[in-house]
Amino acid sequence: MAKERNYLMKLFISFFKIGLFTFGGGFAMIPLIEKEIVDDNGWATKQEILDIFALAQSVPGAIGVNTAVFIGYKLKGIVGALVALLGVISPSIIIMVVIAHFFIQFRANIYLDRAFNGLKAGVIGLICAATWQIAKTAVIDRFGLIVALSAFVLSAFGIIPVVWVIVLGAFSGYLYYRTSKGRSAR
Amino acid sequence: MILAQLFLTFFKIGIFTFGGGYAMLALIQQEITSRGWMTAQEFVDVVGIAEMTPGPIAVNAATFVGYRLVGMQGALVATSAVVLPSLISVLAVSKFWDKYRNSRGVQWGFAGIRPVVVGLVGAAAIMVTTATLHGLAHGGLRLTTIIIASGVFYGVAFRKWSPIKALIICALLGLIIFK
Repeated sequence: MAKERNYLMKLFISFFKIGLFTFGGGFAMIPLIEKEIVDDNGWATKQEILDIFALAQSVPGAIGVNTAVFIGYKLKGIVGALVALLGVISPSIIIMVVIAHFFIQFRANIYLDRAFNGLKAGVIGLICAATWQIAKTAVIDRFGLIVALSAFVLSAFGIIPVVWVIVLGAFSGYLYYRTSKGRSAR
Repeated sequence: MILAQLFLTFFKIGIFTFGGGYAMLALIQQEITSRGWMTAQEFVDVVGIAEMTPGPIAVNAATFVGYRLVGMQGALVATSAVVLPSLISVLAVSKFWDKYRNSRGVQWGFAGIRPVVVGLVGAAAIMVTTATLHGLAHGGLRLTTIIIASGVFYGVAFRKWSPIKALIICALLGLIIFK
């Protein structure tokens, strides 16, 4: 029982940290999720995290919230899902309530503004690192490289909605590996 | 009554938030300003704050609007409403996932989706970079931003730096450098 509570506490703290340091949208948290979930706690493999991330983008809801619920549910069922969810949104709630309360003063603070500029630069670096890290796991053959580049172009220029890019990827993966499995592609 | 309205509005926003990012900002703005809960200018401020503070933008906006309108109770109601669709849809998909994830068809599909995620994250990197550089006043600040970003990329991708420590250092660097 105490062990169980410890486990849930660790889950909460991990996602609290992830929520606290997720600046600039869900993608920036990939390196942090990998560290917390894969490296530090061994709760999932790198590939599982990638699959969860793809799923998190394909269903309604914010990416960070969806990822937390997925991982929490996978580890400890409904209770785990709720604990991870609470963990990931608690920092937002606390910080936004404080900011809403002192809204006017916050906007004018020059020091906060400077710190945020530094943070934004760091976020760029983190998202680039995320691209590199997941490319190492996810792009394993020439087919993968072509799909990754196509998805990049389709999404960067806003050609079709993200949901459709993912659906297209799934479809072409199914077709490609289905037809090439006899020829040893993987 | 306003609590019920808050709940319904943010539940709707939660349902239509696909893939994150900027797509749903238009929806949030429409929902909030058409009800007179906030002016368009106030909304721009909220977006700026939501982008600079941790957490998903939808969650940040919900907490902020709820708190400004009703106080703590409003913040909790709006935030619960915006995450409820996540909870429902993810739990539904998880059940399905455990059952089918090891079938070959699903495996093939995911082998196609994984590289897509790489492309999507790369695209997000480009978008965040252009938006950030665009918002800076002059070339010196842009160059500094690029240098800091490159350092973080190198450290996190190749030297196993902790992302959290890297961000804290970035904030401190910002305090010193960005005048």
